[in-house]
Amino acid sequence: MAEPVTEKATVELTIDGKRVRAEQGEKILWAALAEGIAIPHLCAIKEAEPPLGTCRLCLVEVEGQGVVASCVESVREGMVVHTDGERAVALRRRAMELLLADHPLECKDCPKKGKCDFLQLSIAMKVKRPKNYRPFPREELPVDASHPRIIFDPNKCIRCGRCVWVCKERVGEVPFDFIQKGYEMRLTTFMDKPLGESDCTGCGECVEVCPVAALCFKEGG
Amino acid sequence: MKKQVKGNLNDLRQGAHNTWEELETSALTVRIGTPTCGRAAGSLDTLQTFRERIAKEGAEAHLIEVGCMGLCFAEPLVMINNPESGLPPILYGPITYEHVQRLVEGFVLGDDPCLELALGTVEFKEDGTPYIPEMPRFEIEERLILRNCGYIDPLNIEHYLARGGYLTLQQVLQTEPEKVVSEVEQARLRGRGGAGFPTATKWKLCRQMEKEPKYIICNADEGDPGAFMDRVVLESDPHSVIEGMVIAAHAIGASRGFVYTRAEYPLVMERLKVALAQAREIGVLGDAILGSGFNFDIELVGGAGAFACGEETAMIASIEGQRGMPRPRPPYPAVYGLFGEPTVVDNVKTFALVQRILEQGGEWFSRIGTPNSTGTAVFALAGRVEQIGLVEVPMGTTLREVIYDVGGGIPEGRQFKAVQIGGPAGGCLSESSLDLPVDYDSLKEAGAIMGSGGMVVLDESNCMVETARFFVDFLARECCGKCTMGRLGVKQMLLILADFVKGEGDEEDLDLLEKLAEDIGQGCLCHLGGSAANPVLTTLRYFRDEYEAHVKEKRCPALVCKELITYYVVPEKCERACDHCVLTCPTEAIVTDERTRLKKVLQDKCVKCGTCLDVCPPEYSAVIKVSPPEKVKELEEAAGG
Ligand SMILES: Cc1cc2nc3c(=O)[nH]c(=O)nc-3n(C[C@H](O)[C@H](O)[C@H](O)COP(=O)(O)O)c2cc1C
Ligand code: FES
Repeated sequence: MAEPVTEKATVELTIDGKRVRAEQGEKILWAALAEGIAIPHLCAIKEAEPPLGTCRLCLVEVEGQGVVASCVESVREGMVVHTDGERAVALRRRAMELLLADHPLECKDCPKKGKCDFLQLSIAMKVKRPKNYRPFPREELPVDASHPRIIFDPNKCIRCGRCVWVCKERVGEVPFDFIQKGYEMRLTTFMDKPLGESDCTGCGECVEVCPVAALCFKEGG
Repeated sequence: MKKQVKGNLNDLRQGAHNTWEELETSALTVRIGTPTCGRAAGSLDTLQTFRERIAKEGAEAHLIEVGCMGLCFAEPLVMINNPESGLPPILYGPITYEHVQRLVEGFVLGDDPCLELALGTVEFKEDGTPYIPEMPRFEIEERLILRNCGYIDPLNIEHYLARGGYLTLQQVLQTEPEKVVSEVEQARLRGRGGAGFPTATKWKLCRQMEKEPKYIICNADEGDPGAFMDRVVLESDPHSVIEGMVIAAHAIGASRGFVYTRAEYPLVMERLKVALAQAREIGVLGDAILGSGFNFDIELVGGAGAFACGEETAMIASIEGQRGMPRPRPPYPAVYGLFGEPTVVDNVKTFALVQRILEQGGEWFSRIGTPNSTGTAVFALAGRVEQIGLVEVPMGTTLREVIYDVGGGIPEGRQFKAVQIGGPAGGCLSESSLDLPVDYDSLKEAGAIMGSGGMVVLDESNCMVETARFFVDFLARECCGKCTMGRLGVKQMLLILADFVKGEGDEEDLDLLEKLAEDIGQGCLCHLGGSAANPVLTTLRYFRDEYEAHVKEKRCPALVCKELITYYVVPEKCERACDHCVLTCPTEAIVTDERTRLKKVLQDKCVKCGTCLDVCPPEYSAVIKVSPPEKVKELEEAAGG
């Protein structure tokens, strides 16, 4: 829930040497993007308050503060941000490597082929699936095609949480959510029932925000 | 609606005080510790047997169930005060039901103090019995939080009242809330939940918020494996925490409070329920507390025992009925907490200390401990140490004093190796850190954290790589899983460590592990993931040689990692005619040479269960473990094949 803003106060900060004005309370990420300064990001949704902050791909360095998630941290007067700080870049790459290592790379037959935000971001970041990692042990879960419009492939999910957020906030339905914790955390429907038997209205908001092929429209999406 | 005025409470306290004095000076009392730790050792049997014996003999003795005395190594504990004997109260342990008859005949009915069962006397020295206050442990210990634990009956509010209970609250209610906050500020109290955040700063922030209502949450989730400090306090002296919470509520202007504890703590839930009802009955909780205009009540919430729910924002989500997942801070709970309202979350011990601070004064408290870490620290001392149990020492006491003087050192003459401090996400410190004072800043500098008070001592028979794997395994399962670093990074560290203990992996993997740990430490969404790197980073910092032995030489120096050891029967030591190892081996992997009668372990059949080592009579001790496994070939060749 946002604090009531009485007047649109602005602050001035520096991002990569550039002086930037931004509205008070704005997150660094959106202030940077508005100025044409690119920061990788995947889970961020501008209206989400509190922000999701799950993917860790948007980390930047703030002088005097260290590494922060730019989609979570608000701008402050006089703040000095470096998006290309050595640590921040290394950490972003690490997060991307981990996500790639945990993702089935079956891009050829993927319904999101050519439209995958995740793949495109990894290419933009010049990060490849790491060879020196131990393979993550995952059991293959059944793909749920029970819904008339939406196919849910839990194996592809990178757990960013965008679908859950839009469904709760914009639609008000909650046919699915995360269960379990730690490494086992995964997205599923209530009691693992088929999506087709849930309250899902099929509006497709979740498909729109899914950066991978975990949620797709039927027939080529 | 029952409403008590201040005068009534004073009368009640006076009455309780008189009864207590009489109990202490002229009644025969048998105190039995029946907290969870005592119960695990069989104290309920001891209690039941005492009850039956005393009834049967028609003895006039008061049986009092008390909480944890902190001396868990000697549970079940019994303390008998027999004023007629002219002897001081005597503490006995461990007392199982078999010993009860002897004690009843000896010291309940007679005046034989049964010193052979005693741990020590509580008042003056008796020949042959150690005088407990003179044990090195008690010279170092200072009990602010634990002062009533093991002494009073937690289910009897009169005991608490007799010891001055709720008197502080009476005075506090006459004081301006700001004054209460400034007292805590003067005490320089830092939160006992782990991070050591200044309590007064948090309170002030919450107090200043103009929103209403405000909430107080007592964090009693205590998810660290092996830690039981908060459980003990709530089971042994619940009213001190309740009083601290009401004082805090007055200070920040809160109207509702919650104690969040885990469902695995049924006794905590049970005792708190009773204590809360009692507190309401005497008017120190509920509407118009002690006749003032102040309303505050406390609810009990049981969590499902998820480690991540100990984190304050996850706890708030859990109380709201959501998934117990942490969210990014700021906003801090003091600004945007439970149901979006200003909320103060503090640990059990923090509230217990608040009660002491308001009772004795902030200035008094600030003189205990060190300037930056005032007061005392409570530790659950466990692992390879003689006297496991609960200890409370002033901040600044050295680790050496805690482990050797209070804990009695390492058993069986073994060599100290490390102390794991701060819970699973804490760190392992080596011998070089033994003279480190226990305070927030020193521990942090050494790479560990104060945490909420787990302290596990490790000796030469513990492998540090396996220890790191154990804690990382816990964290990979128990972290929230919400962010990439926590969900996947910690698991990747675990997969690498699991390879190391199997003798797989190379130096590049060691490098990868270290980098991963550094990145996870810095890049996580919440504190938990951030500290999940600590077990790896500290073991790498202090015990790198052990990692290198595993990775480069495929050798486990502590002879723990199964795949890196083999069993070998030393020919010079083997008695030959004794067939213990041969007969007990479950896989028939030990054979006897027909000519020499020497035993040989067939490595391809051996499952490394260690039975042969356990059964080999100590006078021979012929079975040894060797690492790396190939070393056994050298030994066999040297022995003549
Ligand atoms: C993963 C995790 C687990 C935690 N578990 C506990 C706990 O069991 N008990 C506790 O008091 N604080 C725990 N904390 C700390 C709380 O978030 C919070 O800082 C504390 O309750 C504040 O109280 P204090 O100021 O009295 O220390 C945990 C933190 C994290 C990140
Ligand atoms: S975009 Fe900031 S953490 Fe995902």
